[in-house]
Amino acid sequence: MFRKLHNPGSATVTIYIDGCAVTAEAGESIAAVMLRQPTGWSRTTSISQSPRAPYCMMGVCFECLVAVDGKGSLQGCLTPVRDGMRVTRQQGRRSLSA
Amino acid sequence: MTAPHTDLLIVGAGPAGMAAAVTACSHGLSVRVVDDQPAPGGQIWRAIETVASTPRLARLGQAYRAGADRARAFRSCGAVYEPQSELWQIEPGFRAFLTRDGQARSVTADAVILATGAQERPVPFPGWTLPGVLTVGAAQILLKTASTVPERPVWIAGCGPLPLLYMTQLLAAGGQIAGFLDTTPRGRASAALRHLPAGLRRAGELAKGLAWSLALRRAGIPIIRHVTDLRAEGDGRVERLRYRTEDGREGEVTAEVLLVHEGLVPSIHVPLALGCTVEWHPAQHCYVPLLDGWGETSQANLFVAGDGAGIGGAEAAEPRGRLAALRVATRLGKLDAVRAERAAKTERAALARALALRPFLDTLYGPRAQVFAPADETLVCRCEEVTAGALRARAVEGRPGPNQLKAFTRAGMGPCQGRQCGYTMAHIVAAAQNRKVEEVGFFRIRPPLKPVTLGELACLDQREPAA
Repeated sequence: MFRKLHNPGSATVTIYIDGCAVTAEAGESIAAVMLRQPTGWSRTTSISQSPRAPYCMMGVCFECLVAVDGKGSLQGCLTPVRDGMRVTRQQGRRSLSA
Repeated sequence: MTAPHTDLLIVGAGPAGMAAAVTACSHGLSVRVVDDQPAPGGQIWRAIETVASTPRLARLGQAYRAGADRARAFRSCGAVYEPQSELWQIEPGFRAFLTRDGQARSVTADAVILATGAQERPVPFPGWTLPGVLTVGAAQILLKTASTVPERPVWIAGCGPLPLLYMTQLLAAGGQIAGFLDTTPRGRASAALRHLPAGLRRAGELAKGLAWSLALRRAGIPIIRHVTDLRAEGDGRVERLRYRTEDGREGEVTAEVLLVHEGLVPSIHVPLALGCTVEWHPAQHCYVPLLDGWGETSQANLFVAGDGAGIGGAEAAEPRGRLAALRVATRLGKLDAVRAERAAKTERAALARALALRPFLDTLYGPRAQVFAPADETLVCRCEEVTAGALRARAVEGRPGPNQLKAFTRAGMGPCQGRQCGYTMAHIVAAAQNRKVEEVGFFRIRPPLKPVTLGELACLDQREPAA
């Protein structure tokens, strides 16, 4: 859907989205990285399980909710990537254990 | 760990918050600035500190470049700056509750300046929840913070200065535009003309707008004018768009990404939660807090500065921030009233100059009627997935207001807490009941202002000594 204009070079980090290794630039948001993945969606809704993707990128729409290192319902657009971070697409309702 | 009390708490580190902090510190106030973003600058100067040292700065334009000096001045002003901090409650007096890194705590202050800015006006239409539909502002944030652009030629729909600016920036960055669905209604240009003489004080801004339009025309971008209706379709993501224009022309195009924008609205959740009086702004089609000449709300020692006070842009935000800081300095005995008045004169002149073009822009780019009257099948509440049709059906049964309708349908109860559906719901209620939108009111906003986990609540005040 989206592409990055430059090669981040030494600022490159690796994060894992649903277990798949993905490269990103240190400091950019999880939501930005997710919009560059071939899978167009980043969560499914809790009511009808329809796919959603980041919409506002500034913290007001809550469409980019993801689980990070086991912690659920974080706003991907407000969370910068960290090397080794494990991101899970949130599917349906957030489970009690997350 | 920083001290839990400061003279002044500023919420938001955009143009207004940074200007307020610099002024307040220069008068000897202790200041804490909390912001939910990782770096100062607000939305207009997002990532300015990172981008300033790269060649990418050039393509983002002069107004963006100006943020580098502001961020530098802010960093060195002496305010305690807490980025990535979410504010979720303020109690009178004032005690503010924040979450940072999954850790909640409270801080206190004698005065508060809310500089929380604006958000893009939600534009509901069938298919606006499909992956691939984003706001123009979102795409601009992607360009500034992640140097990320749509992979293939992108469709842009809406009106206002922001789509024009983004399209120019995107072209400069090497991106491609499939076409612009301009939703400015027919006749707006001539209606706006009567505000032009006053706007000429801002000739530079006008020239900038004209230059953007010319650049787009030169680039040969297809522009479809007076678009009234929009629909995004696809299986799990946007695949095509349908549109209709004022004169009934219809079109269908393939698309992977659609960016929409119909202006901005102030973020009013915090002032509303604190019981501040708000009033309807007919020209900007939104609520704004009732403020005095210093930006003080109906609640003593609580101020609103920046676009949260009414949309005015960064150049209006800075004098508004400084005015509020001057008043706080006087209240807390750091600045005598005469000197404050003298300094305020300069700031009020700057504010008036910055706002001179606003009536022209508000008239030219005011939202078209369809923004507030989406088709029945449109999801109005994105979180709880409630359609316009369901809301309309309930809105005629016993004249419910937005809060009752929320209880009946769950619209407005999701994690965004009505930030995406509030105005649409108010308009649907008003239309169904044949009332004015400003008469039906808005959601009652209650804490927490952002979702908080039980874990965060449980660890709150752990560090404070027992009473």
